[in-house]
Amino acid sequence: MATTAHNDHHHKETFVSKYLFSHDHKMISKQFLITGMLMAVIGMIMSTLFRLQLGWQGESFKILNFFLGDKWAPDGILDPNMYLALVTIHGTIMVFFLLTGGLSGTFANLLIPLQIGARDMASGFMNMLSYWFFLASSIIMVSSLFIETGPASGGWTVYPPLSALPQAMPGSGMGMTLWLVSMSLFIVSSLMGGLNYVVTVINLRTKGMTMTRLPLSIWALFVTAILGVLSFPVLFSAALLLIFDRMFGTSFYLSDIHIAGEALERTGGSPILYEHLFWFLGHPEVYIVLLPALGITSEVIATNARKPIFGYRAMIGSILAIAFLSFIVWGHHMFLTGMNPFLGAVFTFTTLLIAIPSAVKAFNYITTLWKGNIRFTPAMLFAIGMVSTFISGGVTGIILADSALDINLHDTYFVVAHFHIVMGLSAVLAMYAGVYHWFPKMYGKMMNRKLGYAHFWTTFIAAYGVFFPQHFLGLAGVPRRYYSNSEFPIFEDFVSLNEMVSIFAIIGALSQFIFMFNFFYSMFRGPKASTNPWGSNTLEWTTPVEHVHGNWPGALPEVHRWAYDYSKPGKEEDFVLQTVPLEEGELDGGAGH
Amino acid sequence: MVTILVIISIVLAVLAVVQLVRVFESTARLQGGISPLPTDAENGYQAKMMLVFLFAYLSFFAWLYAKYGDKLLPEAASEHGAGLDTLLGFNFLIIILVMVVTHIFLFYFAFKYVYDKNRKALYFTHSSKLEMIWTIIPAIFLAVIVIYGLSAWIDITIDETPEDAVMIELYPKQFDWTARYGGSDNTLGASNYNMISGTNPLGVITNGSLEQNIADMKAEIIALEEELTTVPAGGIKDEEITELIAKRKRQLAKIESFEGLDAAALAGGDDDILVKNEFYIPLGQEISFQFRSRDVIHSAYMPHFRAQMNCVPGMTTQFHFKPTITTEQMREKTQNAEFDYILLCNKICGAAHYNMKMVIKVVELDEYNKWLSEQKTFGESITPAEAEGVAEQKSEVGNEISMIEQ
Repeated sequence: MATTAHNDHHHKETFVSKYLFSHDHKMISKQFLITGMLMAVIGMIMSTLFRLQLGWQGESFKILNFFLGDKWAPDGILDPNMYLALVTIHGTIMVFFLLTGGLSGTFANLLIPLQIGARDMASGFMNMLSYWFFLASSIIMVSSLFIETGPASGGWTVYPPLSALPQAMPGSGMGMTLWLVSMSLFIVSSLMGGLNYVVTVINLRTKGMTMTRLPLSIWALFVTAILGVLSFPVLFSAALLLIFDRMFGTSFYLSDIHIAGEALERTGGSPILYEHLFWFLGHPEVYIVLLPALGITSEVIATNARKPIFGYRAMIGSILAIAFLSFIVWGHHMFLTGMNPFLGAVFTFTTLLIAIPSAVKAFNYITTLWKGNIRFTPAMLFAIGMVSTFISGGVTGIILADSALDINLHDTYFVVAHFHIVMGLSAVLAMYAGVYHWFPKMYGKMMNRKLGYAHFWTTFIAAYGVFFPQHFLGLAGVPRRYYSNSEFPIFEDFVSLNEMVSIFAIIGALSQFIFMFNFFYSMFRGPKASTNPWGSNTLEWTTPVEHVHGNWPGALPEVHRWAYDYSKPGKEEDFVLQTVPLEEGELDGGAGH
Repeated sequence: MVTILVIISIVLAVLAVVQLVRVFESTARLQGGISPLPTDAENGYQAKMMLVFLFAYLSFFAWLYAKYGDKLLPEAASEHGAGLDTLLGFNFLIIILVMVVTHIFLFYFAFKYVYDKNRKALYFTHSSKLEMIWTIIPAIFLAVIVIYGLSAWIDITIDETPEDAVMIELYPKQFDWTARYGGSDNTLGASNYNMISGTNPLGVITNGSLEQNIADMKAEIIALEEELTTVPAGGIKDEEITELIAKRKRQLAKIESFEGLDAAALAGGDDDILVKNEFYIPLGQEISFQFRSRDVIHSAYMPHFRAQMNCVPGMTTQFHFKPTITTEQMREKTQNAEFDYILLCNKICGAAHYNMKMVIKVVELDEYNKWLSEQKTFGESITPAEAEGVAEQKSEVGNEISMIEQ
């Protein structure tokens, strides 16, 4: 079967079949990456705009007027409705379009076939469709920024009734409709991609590539895809019911509402039902974002510490444990919805359990560095940064998981700080690690290292500068999603802190342009990459630098050992490719216990 | 401020350009095929930066704590809140310890084991013993956290509200709050969203409000029917009005059905007291809050009392606490003569979400009773004046209500 597939790939290629409607996983991966990057730039500019308002509340900025016009930023002062819209779309773009579509789409597509030794994805056509649905959904989401009543503004979780009733706020009109259409397409894209990844990992591993020889990146992407396939349909049903409530007068989420001077004839539903459905996806979603990040970090750290990842099996075990637990913790987002206190107690318990596999992962990364031989490539810096944010953001999760403590911290800036550090920063830093690490594989060129260093340090410092102080805002009781704190004298002490956060946000945003320049410059002008520039063990580094369809020009490689034989005693080099047969009497590191 | 931003942008832009030039130079050299791996100098430099960062990060933390640590919430002003603060402190102790220790290891190892081409990394794949240790130790810590945390949670949520607790309903809408007291019987009267009107912002059901609502609704239907005769038949306007009449009739039927409620339920609301902007609670008494919502989800957040509960349309939620420090005492403690406890909205609810608040005054029981006796009851506010002397008062109440509706 492999040979026929291979022959099929030799047909003549046009521009359209090569760059647009490509079935090739490597091209689709680049498409996801570039689209994700463009979306990220939009999301980042949005955050900078609302940080201007939050840092210097009520002051006038020409740039706000430039981006948003007279309707949404008259005299350069942000309109409160637009503030909520920016917060909402920033969240949606970052969580879904960058860290779900962009992250999984890029690295699952690039790495799965290359690292398991497959010619391509199980279904190249579905893979292509997955990208095009993603693009369509991105375009619709962005287009919602241009309609008269503004984009969806009810927060990225779009709780009804706020999101269900157009009379509740301007953003709940056409903007919300487009949000739902866009997200529906996104879910379809995600499901087609996810199914493909799962099937490919199960069926198309090359000879010798047993599950216990898979690199951790593949384990992470594989489990992520399973999470997505199981949880996204639930969000889809939540969105569908919301569409029904909006368009067809049903009352799944609505009851006893008197709004805009009218008592609505909608009874029997409950907004809490939506919250349950949303968070049933919403919590696994956190790990859909985080697991690929952990997978990438594992690869980058092991490669650049020239040392086997510590506790390979424990790492797989913790991925599986985290994935399983992620399905039974969603209620911790809803402690204050009036749920039965006993149920709250159960969710507290299951949530805190997640800390154990997470701690194992963090300790294993640190042990991997111990007595390593560390090369500080830009990718390695980002990976170490990721471990730091994973810990810093993870520990505050212990506090928020505690239902009793959540009473006072729920929906404050403490939550904002927590999830931005543990999920946002960790995933973004790991994504950068992945891009710097696999750029030679994607484009056959090397990125500039000096710019990489500059990018890392400005980003890393600015990121902590933005989010770490927000813990203090939260502990002072400042609620999130507040357009301004000037109505409350008790928050006045934090004016200088908000200003500092905004300055860091601007520095962080500007520093991303260093990356963008490096990325596009290197793509065209970068020095040519060698086949295996980092001295890695995994299969993708056995493919030719110039991409070919089917990945390997000859027969598929055969795998004889696990992916982490770095600095193995008795070997001349400090790495051993997975394709190198075991010597007589040599034990395979991964399977050897 | 704009100037600072502009300056920062310019500085960064200049830095970027400088870097650009260097890139062009270095890439030209790199075309020759120099190793893609960092040089010894680069490795050494980055390794030192690891330590510098570690130090900077922990110092930043310490600096933030020194600068803002005393500007956080003052001591809890409720009985359960004091316990929560202790729990929070205990959890912080553990997580800060974990965070600092792991960061020291992470960045120190990164610094210490920098690349040396004459050395090989230790081939150390796993150690069941080590892994057991760092599975079991976190598990023990977490067990303590879970047990401690859940006992606090159960204390707060499961224990019974005492019979004599002061009953208060907090009722939000876009974008303000109304507080309703049970009045002399300390029982909240029945209410329904269909009863909401200009004079009845919470839709309280009493004989008086029913009578008024039914009369108003009937009058509106008659007015609509009259209007219907003036518009051309079969037009859009005609359809609209016909539909509205049908809707009003359905609403009327619903309202009329409330007349079937038992006499006690109908009498419960007359002595209820509705207040806006500011409400009082007595020191040392258990306060039992109940929450509903008129339109979208809101959340009643009273940070000083470590209390919060969502307000969800279509259902009733509850929370209760016992205030332990009066507003006056807290003003002394915080040395801020203008200090006030606040209730704010903590669930995104629309444009003016950030401005949805009420002031809470904690006072001694006597003062509370005095304040409460000065407030108009719901029954008084909707009953037409009987004597001349009351007429004046009534118009005042009328103003109050029209203010409520703003």
